Amino acid sequence: MSVLVYTESEKGKFKKVALEVASYAKAVADNMGTTVTAITINVEDASELGHYGVDKVLKVNNAQLETFNAKAYANAIQQAAEKESVKVVVISSSADSKYLAPILAVGLQAGYASNVIEAPTSTAPFTVKRTAFTNKAFEMTEINTDIKVIGVSNNSFGLVENTGNAAAEDFSPSIPDLGVTVESVDKATDKVSIADAEIVVSAGRGMKGPENWGMIEELADVLGAATACSKPVSDLGWRPHSEHVGQTGKPVAANLYIAIGISGAIQHLAGINASKVKVVINTDPEAPFFKAADYGVVGDAFEVVPQLIEKLKTFKAQQ
Amino acid sequence: MKILVCISHVPDTTSKINFTENDTKFDTNGVQFVINPNDEFGLTRAMWFKEKQGAELTVVNVGGAETEPTLRKALAIGADTAIRVNTAATDGFSVAKELAKVVEDGGYDLVIAGRESIDYNGGMVPGMLAALTNANFVNNCISLEVDGTKAKAVREIDGGKETVSTTLPLVIGGQKGLVEESDLRIPNMRGIMMARKKPLTLLESVNAKAATTSVGFQKPAAKGAVTLVSPDNLDELISLLHNEAKVI
Ligand SMILES: Cc1cc2nc3c(=O)[nH]c(=O)nc-3n(C[C@H](O)[C@H](O)[C@H](O)COP(=O)(O)OP(=O)(O)OC[C@H]3O[C@@H](n4cnc5c(N)ncnc54)[C@H](O)[C@@H]3O)c2cc1C
Repeated sequence: MSVLVYTESEKGKFKKVALEVASYAKAVADNMGTTVTAITINVEDASELGHYGVDKVLKVNNAQLETFNAKAYANAIQQAAEKESVKVVVISSSADSKYLAPILAVGLQAGYASNVIEAPTSTAPFTVKRTAFTNKAFEMTEINTDIKVIGVSNNSFGLVENTGNAAAEDFSPSIPDLGVTVESVDKATDKVSIADAEIVVSAGRGMKGPENWGMIEELADVLGAATACSKPVSDLGWRPHSEHVGQTGKPVAANLYIAIGISGAIQHLAGINASKVKVVINTDPEAPFFKAADYGVVGDAFEVVPQLIEKLKTFKAQQ
Repeated sequence: MKILVCISHVPDTTSKINFTENDTKFDTNGVQFVINPNDEFGLTRAMWFKEKQGAELTVVNVGGAETEPTLRKALAIGADTAIRVNTAATDGFSVAKELAKVVEDGGYDLVIAGRESIDYNGGMVPGMLAALTNANFVNNCISLEVDGTKAKAVREIDGGKETVSTTLPLVIGGQKGLVEESDLRIPNMRGIMMARKKPLTLLESVNAKAATTSVGFQKPAAKGAVTLVSPDNLDELISLLHNEAKVI
């Protein structure tokens, strides 16, 4: 009857979201008076999970699962859920988790709530708060099925440390016919991705052209941030599509979102509203973004950003 | 190839979001409804298959009569036929079950849905539909080629992209990238005239049970005023971010 959490990893190491969803699962388990079981895939040492409230780990080690496959992963998680007779499965909002979640939900005949941002307000009935209308509102959702799948929004719950020891046991689910085969992966490994980033530095058409992105990347570097952009910037080909944030691009739920030369159109704001602290740098004091921002600098990005980089370098050196 | 494009009928991206009946119902007053942007990319890609490779193209929506103008728009863009499953779309699971019946009865080879609708952002219909119909599935799809029964797709992953190969029957959750923004089509006069004569079939619902219920809505709390920092005093900004906001 424990709560099951799927803790994602990359090259054998847990992603930060794995620890966040483990923390979330612990909160649900406490509420229901039960324990937390985690399933890991191709992770050698899972002991870290104990510090985030996990009591037991089902360790899957299988070469066929070396690259992510939604159907196979969903099946493995389903088999773990059945073995442990769990009623609640917690996963993250990574691109992979959002890919496997609906398959898992069908397999378990479970209601699935995505983009959940808080621990359940009640577990009987099971009610969660999630974002809707692309962050323009919240929806309270009741899940009516016996088994529930909860997709936790990144950076919404945070990491909650716990003292504990996770006992590990090997688990060998049967692997279905995969259906989809990965041919190649194209990923910049030295860059922070928007989904994982706690800080995002984003720039818009105010940057005038792609040749001016050097300072944006430098600012991101100093902060350990990911870079992003507004839609026209990716439409114009100044930056890759994968950096486009907003209603029709990627959602950003960072702790700090810095918007440079972005007007703050409603479709852009929709995608970044879930970020906690917003800083805006814009020449136009009337830019709508200032209404959504916590901190603002009315000024020319070409003067402000280089100065900010220098000052941040000094600040970082003193830390 | 028989293609089915799932069309979600959603509030236009500039819509102000309000609720009525004690914050339990979305207020449609004054809201303009459009084809879900993610579905629009899929519809345009489907048109490409139709024109370049020959395909029969059907669009489908699960919803009440109010969604018909959106389906007519898809017909005006070039779909051959439209289907409306006559029931309110209450949750993703029930919509996926309604669509699964349409897919099974229609024998579609390729189903194109959007990665998520921009209203409830559930992101579950395409994946559930694939699982229910036993089809292959590619989510966050940004490129798709079909050759006979083989398909090659690219999907966006966190921090990059991945190229995969698979076979039909296939369901994709599509998004921007499937076609260029500049290739999106606006219905022309001829299309609009022709759309009036194209068949829009009404199907009865299988009364699929919803797995979730929306019990209420909230709007984000009003935000305090912005704290402005002079461009000549960026040390203050750093200090505020460090000491007050505690984000650096
Ligand atoms: C269906 C639909 C979906 C959309 N989805 C999205 C989406 O997902 N994401 C998105 O971003 N947009 C989206 N948009 C577009 C959106 O409406 C805006 O057009 C877009 O966000 C504007 O981008 P921008 O702020 O970079 O450019 P602009 O509107 O051109 O604004 C540039 C800003 O830069 C400032 N500026 C200029 N020079 C400087 C300087 N030297 N220093 C500092 N500031 C300067 C200007 O004051 C201005 O505020 C969508 C639109 C539609 C119709």
